[in-house]
Amino acid sequence: MLRDITLGQYYQTESVIHKLDPRVKLVATICFIISLFVVKSWVGYVAAAAFLAVMIKLSNVPFKYMVKGMKAIVFILLITVVFNLFLTPGETLVAVWKLRITREGLELAVMMAVRLSFLIVGSSVMTLTTTPNSLTDGMEKLMKPLKLFKVPVHEVAMMMSIALRFIPILLEETDKIMKAQIARGADFESGNLVRKAKAMVPLLVPLFISAFRRANDLAMAMEARCYRGGEHRTKMKPLKYAARDRVAYGVLAAYFALCIVIRIYL
Amino acid sequence: MSIILDHVDYVYGGDTALAVHALKDVNLVFPDGQFIGLIGHTGSGKSTLVQHLNGLIKPTGGTIYYNGEDIHAEDYDKKKLRSKVGLVFQYPEHQLFEIDVFSDVCFGPKNLGLSRQETELRAYAALKQVGLEDEYFYQSPFDLSGGQKRRVAIAGVLAMKPDVLILDEPTAGLDPKGRDEILDQIAKLKEETGITVVLVSHSMEDVAKYVERIIVMNRGSVMFDDTPKEVFRHYHELEEVGLAAPQVTYIMQALRGKGMPVAADATTIGEAKREILRALGR
Repeated sequence: MLRDITLGQYYQTESVIHKLDPRVKLVATICFIISLFVVKSWVGYVAAAAFLAVMIKLSNVPFKYMVKGMKAIVFILLITVVFNLFLTPGETLVAVWKLRITREGLELAVMMAVRLSFLIVGSSVMTLTTTPNSLTDGMEKLMKPLKLFKVPVHEVAMMMSIALRFIPILLEETDKIMKAQIARGADFESGNLVRKAKAMVPLLVPLFISAFRRANDLAMAMEARCYRGGEHRTKMKPLKYAARDRVAYGVLAAYFALCIVIRIYL
Repeated sequence: MSIILDHVDYVYGGDTALAVHALKDVNLVFPDGQFIGLIGHTGSGKSTLVQHLNGLIKPTGGTIYYNGEDIHAEDYDKKKLRSKVGLVFQYPEHQLFEIDVFSDVCFGPKNLGLSRQETELRAYAALKQVGLEDEYFYQSPFDLSGGQKRRVAIAGVLAMKPDVLILDEPTAGLDPKGRDEILDQIAKLKEETGITVVLVSHSMEDVAKYVERIIVMNRGSVMFDDTPKEVFRHYHELEEVGLAAPQVTYIMQALRGKGMPVAADATTIGEAKREILRALGR
């Protein structure tokens, strides 16, 4: 039932992108997103598309998987396109009743659609090629400078990885409790909104209790192994940049520079 | 009045590369009034199988009949089926949610749309059947001990007055005393009401002691389906799939190996005792 939900899912395969240091991928994703807003001309989008296509090709993840992530935002995409299409002032192309489609509106709508879909596909390249654990590892390392401002970087990263770890467990638990209550005659589907909300009680109460129990057990197990936060903590596999990571940073810098050049001269 | 599984197939994860064939061509009949044991290694498909019996999972192939009707037919009333085929999940105490024990047990019959009086009568009877004392009825279910919670959860299913009661590992995580109490109560219930009971278990001792028929699952298929004596005679094959016969069976085999004239197919301690005494001529 609920097991079909995919959330920032990792796709296991061998590729150069998979092997990259998570920090590189995080920085690259942020740079890519910024670059989408830097460029303003069609040449710029062609450059971004080319960059993205090469990354997808290198990642060995089937394109089908990337597009799957798009399904969730189709609605948002549609709204953006419609609003931009009709509400941008400028030279009128088609006019129906009070609604006018302008040349500027059309351009803006297409641009926004391209931007949004590139944004989603771009970030899904990262989540599909990086395990949640190494992602939080990378974030922790990247955010380390924030420690100077008393930000509990390690704790935040730990919370994130625990939260990610618990998603599949809680989904499975929900599925199980749901089935158990259905076996006792519960009905989660029919009835109006109020009835449906009421029907959730037999599901949510056991689910929360189980989540608290698991959290409690985990905290106990961590303390039993002397966990006491980030101070003086070392890692079994510390993140280290390899030659390919430096190359990747080089490629990224070149791409970003290109985007800026396009913005200024074209 | 029976459950019939006709060429039932079930595949998890549909069209992805991770598809698991959990049940392969399962053909079984669960007649009325039998006490059936369902055993199998972890991942053999036992839990998947029992969830088919009350229509929680729809088979990807084959048909399931309850009292001669296809339970996945368009107009079949699944809610009624679930009141007739009661399923107690593994660790059922994790589904308790009400503010007190009594209301929690009332949840099932209330969902059946029974009157308040009938609901409460059934809840009371069910709690008595699992041997819970009156003093606990108005306590929070979360304040009870593990064994008591388990009883409350089982009572929650019994209160629906099922004709078939399926228990998925009802004794997992209980101490020997709690385990024996719960199983004895189920056996007593079975004797008094004549319902069908399907006991999913890991423990060969439990199964041998109570049931009259054993179904052994292995990798999604039915491996054996016979009386305990016949099934445990194949203890070599059972070992190969990660199961075993009850320990007394091994003792009797060993005694026979040493030249004692005992029948080697005893499956309970009582039987073994009689057999040894007979062999000793007392």
